[in-house]
Amino acid sequence: MNRFAQPLAALVCGTLFGFGLALSGMLDPARVQGFLDLFGAWDPSLIFVLGGAVMVAMAGMLLVKRMRQPVFGEVFHIPTNRRIDLPLVLGSAVFGIGWGLGGFCPGPALSALSMGYLTPLVFVIAMVAGMVFHDRVLAGRI
Amino acid sequence: MSTYLPSLAGGLLIGLSAISYLILTGRIAGISGIVGRLAEGSLPWLNGAFVLGLVLGPLVYLAVTGAWPQVTITASLPLAVVAGLLVGIGSRMGSGCTSGHGVLGLARLSPRSMVAVVTFLTAGIVTVTILRGSL
Repeated sequence: MNRFAQPLAALVCGTLFGFGLALSGMLDPARVQGFLDLFGAWDPSLIFVLGGAVMVAMAGMLLVKRMRQPVFGEVFHIPTNRRIDLPLVLGSAVFGIGWGLGGFCPGPALSALSMGYLTPLVFVIAMVAGMVFHDRVLAGRI
Repeated sequence: MSTYLPSLAGGLLIGLSAISYLILTGRIAGISGIVGRLAEGSLPWLNGAFVLGLVLGPLVYLAVTGAWPQVTITASLPLAVVAGLLVGIGSRMGSGCTSGHGVLGLARLSPRSMVAVVTFLTAGIVTVTILRGSL
């Protein structure tokens, strides 16, 4: 059953995620950059996106902690790495620079594809190229 | 005020989606991880279905509200290429982006995710401040 239930759950959760991104304002690069423009025309509204999302996820984590296994799976794949190392900090900094330059992070860039703009498509192609370049070439070297 | 409520509602739905995905499949809804694994051909049905859903989300929004969400593209195409490469490399190197570290990592009170979020927010703020010449 899990063979079919898992992808179906992923499709529904992905759609809900994309809908939430569309409703929240995260698909608009100008607003994302406005949120990051702390010393200029700062638009604080996107704090509510992260705040709202973390609140719900935190409540849900209480449930996860009491569950022995996922509904449609055998084990919870929750990261166990606790090291704060160079790849974490350097990677997050590089990600933040790209996020600021384009106004897109990975989820919104993918969601925006359905709207037919050229820029998110170009961004997504470059992003996937960057991911593959990291995973095949850079991984383990830094 | 008018933008705060949709942002909060959207955030609540994003959180609901991310935690539901974990409860149902046992996996973290980190978009950079999902896309990276999809690009490498790992768990194509699972990762592909989530990405398909992400793309369908705004279409559902259009069907429900009768309008596309507001989008103002700011980057030129060459800048979008540079930004995309940096986001791709950085999110994989840092093991996550705004969803995996930002939503689920903070919800788990993961110290790694807290460091990641502070780092990418700071880098984003510095970048936009320079880009817009805000200081």
